[in-house]
Amino acid sequence: MSLKSKTSDLKKRMQGALQGGGDKAIQKQVAMGKMTARERIIALLDKNSFHEYDLFVEHAGKDFNMDKKHLPGDGVITGIGTIWGHPICIYAQDFTVAGGSLGYMHAKKITKIMDHAMKLKVPIIGINDSGGARIQEGVNSLAGYGEIFYRNTQASGVIPQISVILGPCAGGAVYSPALTDFVFVVDKISKMFITGPEVIRTVLGEEITMEELGGAKVQAEKSGNAHFYAETEMEAIEQIKSLMSYIPWNNKKPATKFPKKPPVTKDYKIDEIFPTNPKQPYDVRNLIRSITDDSKFLEIHERWAANIVIGFGRMNGETVGFVANQPLVLAGVLDVDSSNKAGRFIRFCDSFNIPLVTMVDLPGYLPGVDQEHAGVIRHGAKVLYSYSEATVPKITVILRKAYGGGYIAMCSNHLRADFVFAWPTAEIAVMGPEGAANIIFRKEIKEADDPDTVRKQKIQEYKKKFANPYVAAAFGYVDAVIEPEETRKFVNHALEISKDKSEVRPEKKHGIPPF
Amino acid sequence: MKQPKYNKKLESINIDMTVYRTMLTQKYKERKAYKRPDPKQIKAFIPGTIRRVYVEEGQKVKKKERLLVLEAMKMRNYIRAPFDGTIKKIHVGISKPVYKDQLLIEFE
Repeated sequence: MSLKSKTSDLKKRMQGALQGGGDKAIQKQVAMGKMTARERIIALLDKNSFHEYDLFVEHAGKDFNMDKKHLPGDGVITGIGTIWGHPICIYAQDFTVAGGSLGYMHAKKITKIMDHAMKLKVPIIGINDSGGARIQEGVNSLAGYGEIFYRNTQASGVIPQISVILGPCAGGAVYSPALTDFVFVVDKISKMFITGPEVIRTVLGEEITMEELGGAKVQAEKSGNAHFYAETEMEAIEQIKSLMSYIPWNNKKPATKFPKKPPVTKDYKIDEIFPTNPKQPYDVRNLIRSITDDSKFLEIHERWAANIVIGFGRMNGETVGFVANQPLVLAGVLDVDSSNKAGRFIRFCDSFNIPLVTMVDLPGYLPGVDQEHAGVIRHGAKVLYSYSEATVPKITVILRKAYGGGYIAMCSNHLRADFVFAWPTAEIAVMGPEGAANIIFRKEIKEADDPDTVRKQKIQEYKKKFANPYVAAAFGYVDAVIEPEETRKFVNHALEISKDKSEVRPEKKHGIPPF
Repeated sequence: MKQPKYNKKLESINIDMTVYRTMLTQKYKERKAYKRPDPKQIKAFIPGTIRRVYVEEGQKVKKKERLLVLEAMKMRNYIRAPFDGTIKKIHVGISKPVYKDQLLIEFE
């Protein structure tokens, strides 16, 4: 055969494989409001950057007449392309081929591209759209999942791992997204659960739909399993691109540096955003935007545990991770969910050398039987652990309340913040004036002729003496009390001089964070 | 990026005797008040199906005596009397599915 005919044979083979599950299956996919696996990859990656590998992989099923079936690409597309000009490894499960079910070779393709990502030290993005394990392939399907989970764990903290759930992702399959750093879901399309509605109905007699059990909203608002929620697939793709602009490609490389830009101060005026009365709420995200480059801030876990805010912004062109109490929601208390949310984010930033800026304004921990019984002790400890463990530059700005255990947890000097700045409105104290005065002066208040007046007096007395940043500053727990308008200047300076910060930790295999 | 849809209404929350104005989350609003368990009430520790009822209302039973079989996740669990006592009311029947924490039997 001539080269020409060999080439045309190749082209024919490729064309067959590129059709995936064929027209009918593709029509079904479209009818569900979903893009095809290949369309998704192309929409996400830079134009013409996708190089597909393992197109001709055949499945390995032998039983149940599977040997007579041909599954193009074995239901998953893998390859390498670029985002913002930088290479990434990607795989997308193809629901049009055997429901995107995971068999031995399907998993092999995924683990192969994951191994590439680790060798090349580039992020891995997995697009999940699969009915689950290919039952016909039995234990080999399970082996496939196990191999993926193992690699997810090895890659954790080395390369960013991103999971996009664009279809069902059920049973064991959900543990790969769970092990990765960021999970994206899309309304009405994403479905994640360990045991589905069918099992719940037969075993427990409870009726629930897939959407109610593990739809996008549930995972983004209730469980916190998903970090980003989008209304459409295209919106999710834009969110991924935005995230990729902030994070480094691996744990040895800094994130892309952008040109410095001042914040849009006319839209984010601190004196308009910020009430000095510590009992009044405000949206702390506006304060973050008042200091970040171009007032941009990419929020993570926007819909879950909104009493703490986490996300990325840029300061002088470089990525910074922000953690801030949100007085607008539950007065900004720490609780089980917000501790989990912040703790994990701090560890991501530390793993990938992203400096942390913490903005503090919290009354303490959320009281309640439900919280105590849910293990708020253990979960709350994750924040302490993550901050204490982190060796990236840590800069803390205390805005108003920093009471009790909450003060310690929010990257205080004692957990080795490199710089603690406090606004003149800061109140660093063991608890709020009302609570403290009632305890300290209990006897005097009780024995007074007019307890209410004495109580008020004592509260005022306590407020005057302790509800300020100067007691903490007198002990050196605050490095500088600063004017709010100077925050960007001070934070930028602190970041600038912390560039070569190095801190040695005791040698160990790994610590034991309070999971 | 869209702003999240918070319940715009500000409410109050008391933390350490100080009342703060803030928004409350759905989860916070839906939290259940703690109720001290009544030892006289036997509740399902797991959702499942009642397979056998060993006792009758008014019957005297000794501690650890079998009361019910609660089948759950293909396992048969004996529900036994927590103390010597008299059965006041049986709230379940054979083959009936029960949900978690459902009242099964009351003691006098």
